[in-house]
Amino acid sequence: MSVLTYLIPISLTLGAVGLLGFLYTVRANQYDDPEGDSRRPLSPDWDDQPKP
Amino acid sequence: MTAQALPLRAAACPGCLAVPDPETSAQAGGVVAPRITLSLPGIHCQGCISGVESALAAQPGVHSARVNLTLKRALIEAEPGTEAEPLIAALAAAGYEARELDSDLIVASGPDAAGRALMVRLAVSGFAAMNVMLLSVAVWSGAEAATRDMFHWISAAITLPAIAYAAQPFFASAWVALRAGRLNMDVPIVLAILLSLVTSVGETAMSGPHAYFDAALTLTFFLLAGRYLDHRARAAARSAARDLTALEVPRALRREEDGTETRVALADLAVGDVIRVLPGARVPVDGVVIEGASEIDRALLTGETTPMPAKAGQQLCAGELNLTGALLLRATAVGADTSLRQMTELVAMAESGRANYAPLADAAARLYAPGVHILSALAFAGWYLYSGDLRIALNIAAAVLIITCPCALGLAVPAVTTAAAGRLFRKGLLVKSATALERLAQVDTVVFDKTGTLTDGTPLPEALDSHEPETLAVAAALAGASTHPLARALAAAIAARGIAPALVSDIREHPGYGIEGTWQGKPVRLGRAEWAGAGHSGADTATWLATPAGVTAFRFQDTLREGAAELVRVLVDDGKTVVLLSGDRSEAVQQVAEQLGIDTWRAEVSPSEKAGAIESLAQAGKRVLMVGDGLNDTVALAAAHVSISPASAADAARSASDIVLLGSSLAPIAEACRISRKATARIRENFQLATLYNVVAVPLAIAGLATPLVAALAMSTSSLTVSVNALRLGPRR
Repeated sequence: MSVLTYLIPISLTLGAVGLLGFLYTVRANQYDDPEGDSRRPLSPDWDDQPKP
Repeated sequence: MTAQALPLRAAACPGCLAVPDPETSAQAGGVVAPRITLSLPGIHCQGCISGVESALAAQPGVHSARVNLTLKRALIEAEPGTEAEPLIAALAAAGYEARELDSDLIVASGPDAAGRALMVRLAVSGFAAMNVMLLSVAVWSGAEAATRDMFHWISAAITLPAIAYAAQPFFASAWVALRAGRLNMDVPIVLAILLSLVTSVGETAMSGPHAYFDAALTLTFFLLAGRYLDHRARAAARSAARDLTALEVPRALRREEDGTETRVALADLAVGDVIRVLPGARVPVDGVVIEGASEIDRALLTGETTPMPAKAGQQLCAGELNLTGALLLRATAVGADTSLRQMTELVAMAESGRANYAPLADAAARLYAPGVHILSALAFAGWYLYSGDLRIALNIAAAVLIITCPCALGLAVPAVTTAAAGRLFRKGLLVKSATALERLAQVDTVVFDKTGTLTDGTPLPEALDSHEPETLAVAAALAGASTHPLARALAAAIAARGIAPALVSDIREHPGYGIEGTWQGKPVRLGRAEWAGAGHSGADTATWLATPAGVTAFRFQDTLREGAAELVRVLVDDGKTVVLLSGDRSEAVQQVAEQLGIDTWRAEVSPSEKAGAIESLAQAGKRVLMVGDGLNDTVALAAAHVSISPASAADAARSASDIVLLGSSLAPIAEACRISRKATARIRENFQLATLYNVVAVPLAIAGLATPLVAALAMSTSSLTVSVNALRLGPRR
């Protein structure tokens, strides 16, 4: 059972990484326009060169 | 737009994330470049996004433009001094309807801070719930003695801080309710969370087998999910409704004693001040005309479509629109005393009547909250008397509270209203009030306003083809020089026929009368009947043209709004009573009523008579839906059981109504009625499901059979059932 001493901290750390990642996305305004963001990849604008 | 990816700063607590830090808000506040925000009610796909963004980017002075499809807005960064009007015109040319929004208001309110705070709490509770659930799996599958205690302690270490942070909205709401001596839905929630935490910590300390850490966290997570859905639906509606508040500059031109004019805020005006009202401006205060002649459009106040002549000695009301000439007014009532503000008070009074409506959720909470407490207390007392063991009795009481706790009830209403409001938003309807859908489902009588609601509110000339092309050419030349709505409609209609304006020189506008010019060496006039020499004016909305050949009348007709006929037909087929109440002249109202097949109509109704008519309908037991747009409808909108106004309506009318129609067609109202009935049916089903689940689970809990595993299973299943049921709102069309 001593393996638990590693596994539990590892699982908690991985979970915390996910949580921090989510907090980052909130902070980076990634949920302000879910509808539009889901459709922007379909737009043919800037397909040939990146947006300046 | 590169400002989107903000650097992540180390935040000590997740709560700080909810508060925008000064650095980023200064960036977003547009200190560098002025921001223009446009509302785009018509956009719906990626094609619209690129269309709008490229149309805006092509305009001079625009640095960047970004469309937010969720909020149906475009945010534009532009050079200082760039105005919104050319941008709106450019979008109109590209086929997109746009309106300017008050950028200061939107930037000041910032990103939705409350929504973000809820989302972060949801994330924290979700993260904690998943980890504790995984640890609990070990306990459920048979961990014993020291291992089980260790898992429990780790769970406690995660749960206690997570709950302390994530469940704050419930604590706050329950505290407010308890302080006011009431019970709301949050009181049993908080009690369940706290009691389960206390017993769990106690059990863990005594190496007991059962701890409810996972249940407390899952409960918080599901309830926060319901809360977040609820908030999001309402915040979207609220912000959009706020967005619609037109930018009317609350300023007036005051003539000082020395004859100069200064621009002052409305609040600084006093009775007796002399105010200049320019053509095209709204009358800022109630007053008497002392100089000048013009015509006044009272449509917003009374629903009358025909402009009224104004000359010295005439009383004007705040909110009326000055059309042709500059007027000097002596203020007779300012600020809160104006007729416009008095209307607002009537609205507040009318609204207090509607506050009696009890939402379904509150009705459920009133039954539910005391029931749960009594059951739990009975279970505690029964087990204590039976076993004499305080620990067992407390455990059972906590289990009963947790099992009965309204995960499903908390999701029952918000899940349905979110789904329904989302569906309606795609149809172009904004639901502002949380209970609007429930009330809309009960409607059996629909009252319409005419001008601006069933009709476009813009006059169109009738039977232009019966006039000589030469007459039309002269009329076009004269009309093109005026800003009067009839003249503009005439000029536009003649231009649409491909008739070029005749060569008319010396064009002068006589405020309040019409336009005069010289054509082929002879005077020509376009304007009021007596002035043009027609002698009588008659009842029709019309303008007269005097040429050397004689006098011609151009009659105007208000066109029906798109979808109006269809909507009335659907409502009548649905068995609803349709009524038309208008402040306009009898002939005009009768014509519209006959066109639409409305049997019951009344003309020349004053604002208070409208509200009175609605109240008497309500007293007769009718549930009235009022659809109106003018200031004269505001009181009626507030008095009705539920109300809808188009986006083009007056501010006050929009804020008094429960639902705002974003597009120009009326057809979505029929859809709204259908969806609202479905939504209410789903809410009822959800309550029945939640009750059914409690009927099964509560006896188990009271019998002491509700282990943490059973609680976790029951809670998840009921929440999922309710959410899935909410999504069955009928096929997407």
